Amino acid sequence: MKPLHLEYIVPGDDFTRAGEASSKVKNMLKRVGFDSDSIRRVAIAMYEGEINMVIHGGGGVASVEIYPDRVEISLVDHGPGIEDIDKAMQAGYSTAPDNVRSLGFGAGMGLPNIKKYTDEMRLESEVGKGTTLFMMIKAGA
Amino acid sequence: MKLSEIVAELNAEVVVDAGNLDTEIKMACGSDMMSDVLAFAKDQSVFLTGLMNPQVVRTAEMMDMRSVIFVRGKKVDPMVAKLAEQMGITVAVTGDTMFTACGRLYAKGIRGACERK
Repeated sequence: MKPLHLEYIVPGDDFTRAGEASSKVKNMLKRVGFDSDSIRRVAIAMYEGEINMVIHGGGGVASVEIYPDRVEISLVDHGPGIEDIDKAMQAGYSTAPDNVRSLGFGAGMGLPNIKKYTDEMRLESEVGKGTTLFMMIKAGA
Repeated sequence: MKLSEIVAELNAEVVVDAGNLDTEIKMACGSDMMSDVLAFAKDQSVFLTGLMNPQVVRTAEMMDMRSVIFVRGKKVDPMVAKLAEQMGITVAVTGDTMFTACGRLYAKGIRGACERK
């Protein structure tokens, strides 16, 4: 079955709009009848990823495929990339600037949160080229 | 406890009603760190924060929390109010500090929604 495909441009310069794409995906999943727990897991994981794209990646593209049994999300940016992915995955590790911390983010919990809420997560990054985050959340899991 | 009773307990002013004041609330989460809320909070809880920006409302939305109470008498940013209205999230402001607001609610039987499982 062909998945329902959604695509959003995430602007890199407007922190106030970060989360709009996740919000739209959340509403779409409600409309197509996903269970509320899965919807929340998708919403949180994608929202954290979207925030990361805005903070670190200079924005990018969010692609979402909705299958009857799962949701797949790819977040692609062409930002500076991640030097040490293992370090970035550690809870509490953050390279976010102070202005982001004053907005309530940058505690080094984004990627650990994403891992916690997804059934599959792949983070690929090349310094100077950008970062791709793939996430999969099973329905009713 | 109903949200309206929580608002009364905190002497809070409702800025965005959003029709949730009759909702039953059992838990609360008090934090200025959004990722902590995203990591530990549970739905059907009230979210207390001292942070004023649209991401507070978005965080509440992602967690299915229907109400945000700003502490220390913060002036609600019109952009925050507008977003909350669109998302059906109640917004109120209390003059209490975070500690006092949380303490008042705890004394009334509300428990933490930000605790690790």
